[in-house]
Amino acid sequence: MFEAFKTVTSKTLVLPAANIDTDQIIPARFLTVTSRDGLGKHAFNDWRYDESGNETDHLLNAETSKQCQILVGGHNFGCGSSREHAPWSLTDYGFRVVISSEIADIFKSNSLKNGLLPIVIEKAAHQWLLDHPYEEVTVDLDACEVRLPKNGGTYKFEVDSFSRHCLLQGVDEMGYLAAQGDAIEKFENSKV
Amino acid sequence: MPKTLFDKVWDCHVVVAETPEHPATLYIGLHLIHEVTSPQAFTVLRERGLKVRRPDRTLATIDHSTPTLINADGSRPFVTEQAGKQVAMLLANTEEHGIETHGWESENRGIVHVMGPELGATQPGMTIVCGDSHTSTHGAFGAIAFGIGTTQVGHVLANQCILMRKPKTMAIHVDGELSEGVTAKDVILAIIAEIGVGGGTGYALEYRGEAFERMSMDERMTVCNMSIEAGARCGMIAPDQTTIDYLAGKKFAPDNYEAAAADWLSLATDDGAKFDKEVRMRAEDMRPMVTYGTHPGHAMPIDGLIPSSSDEADIKALEYMGVTAGTHITGEKVDRVFIGSCTNSRMDDLRAAATVMKGRKVVDGLIAIVVPGSEQIKKMAEAEGLHDVFTAAGAQWREPGCSMCIAMNGDKAAPGELVVSTSNRNFAGRQGPGARTVLASPATAAAAAVTGVITDPRTLGPNKLEEAA
Repeated sequence: MFEAFKTVTSKTLVLPAANIDTDQIIPARFLTVTSRDGLGKHAFNDWRYDESGNETDHLLNAETSKQCQILVGGHNFGCGSSREHAPWSLTDYGFRVVISSEIADIFKSNSLKNGLLPIVIEKAAHQWLLDHPYEEVTVDLDACEVRLPKNGGTYKFEVDSFSRHCLLQGVDEMGYLAAQGDAIEKFENSKV
Repeated sequence: MPKTLFDKVWDCHVVVAETPEHPATLYIGLHLIHEVTSPQAFTVLRERGLKVRRPDRTLATIDHSTPTLINADGSRPFVTEQAGKQVAMLLANTEEHGIETHGWESENRGIVHVMGPELGATQPGMTIVCGDSHTSTHGAFGAIAFGIGTTQVGHVLANQCILMRKPKTMAIHVDGELSEGVTAKDVILAIIAEIGVGGGTGYALEYRGEAFERMSMDERMTVCNMSIEAGARCGMIAPDQTTIDYLAGKKFAPDNYEAAAADWLSLATDDGAKFDKEVRMRAEDMRPMVTYGTHPGHAMPIDGLIPSSSDEADIKALEYMGVTAGTHITGEKVDRVFIGSCTNSRMDDLRAAATVMKGRKVVDGLIAIVVPGSEQIKKMAEAEGLHDVFTAAGAQWREPGCSMCIAMNGDKAAPGELVVSTSNRNFAGRQGPGARTVLASPATAAAAAVTGVITDPRTLGPNKLEEAA
């Protein structure tokens, strides 16, 4: 489905606003697509382009930003609509990790299924990241650690163990569910 | 052991139990589909040679990308060719897999969360999913109903199951009686303002107490619809006689209705059942609400002052909206009014809006559109003459669909316009780049249309739909 998640060491791109919703991440008019591809150029579209379609001076348009694989968002990142187009656009842009002090439920679930690791990290670490944009940070999913440079410290994070396993192996849940076919059939037969 | 409504429904649907190593496998009683979040899921099935496991537990409609106007020649003015292709793809996919679909020719076509209950497909005690976060609407019937992403849509199509860890439970108690002019929409906005847009994250909500017991099903759906705006995956109200009366005679209502109804009544939370968190609010304290900022938690009583905050995000929100802390929001000029969406497009909502608009006129220069939630509602509203009330006032009466809520079908606001909207999200630019959204009840939206400014509908004086004898 997607490649196995390897340890990521990358500069961070910081979007500090709280409550960044999925309408900001990918506006609704881009949801008429029928494939998953090519949404990276529309990630945060209305922050990055003006009414005429010209690039603004938003950080996301900077060449240096395009190398960042780690996105740090303000509290309650990814709230709002369940559109999976949101993580699709972020991974197509180049992100592999999203870090915040809180990440909305459906966005978190969608991200885990698309090779985008959502990390909810403790406030002190989050604040450090917000205060130190574009620093090289390491995200180690095996050890469940975020390692900050410049004496920022090392912080553990929690990820659902099953999702962690799928990410590390690069396997998706469809196969796992299909393998439960017998149990599903038994369940169906038991409900007259 | 006493159980909550949520526990009872959850436990009935566990195929494989949750362990620390893996989530539960949860069976899905009803899978609702629409055109936006399904195409990639059907593609995955095609690529892997998979069939839809239970077409008989799957129901489709077209609603998000569909135009709400019809051309003179009967064709539909899709906003882009791609939108038309997306709708065509839904119809082709569901036909291929034998899924009941309410498309253009169906008299039951509608917004997915309006259609399900209308058909009686939504029932107490079910697990219901859809690739749409407002799936929480169906919780009004005592179902566990939640939004999923496109990948999970594929999982459910192929396996009729989803992998999920059990959320925590939160009870929201609202006892007492709502004051005159305070509606279900105002109640849920008050709740979100109270617990915050992240307050429900990780929780399944249950709305308990007199205030909800007194509500009609339409009103309960409005409340449950916006559970997701508090961050909650789902929100439920226990089934009771109101629920039973609503579902009786509907297309998918169970054959042995009395027995089913008795079962449904037993789902209510047991005395002594424990919730992980409880919130208590009083109906008497609630007032008509509007949002003033850029998320649903930025909600305030309409007759209050716009709250001030030192939080940078809040300050930016006020800047975007062009409003000032410490001032009244009433009197702000309104450019557009949208009455519709899965939150407020049902008969109760249309009647409420029509009551305010009867005999009054939409102010010059203001565009008001009224979008019924389904073909059924359109028909019923026309039978009651509501559409005449709207058009006589100068509002537009449209075809059913999601329309300006998500603004992906061409119905949208121009940059800078202030829209009073009965929908569920006021995110910056959602109703069009640069558009400013104020969320409100149908009565409040109608009041804005006929005065041209944000207006407390209670100040407009009594109005009746029927002519005085």
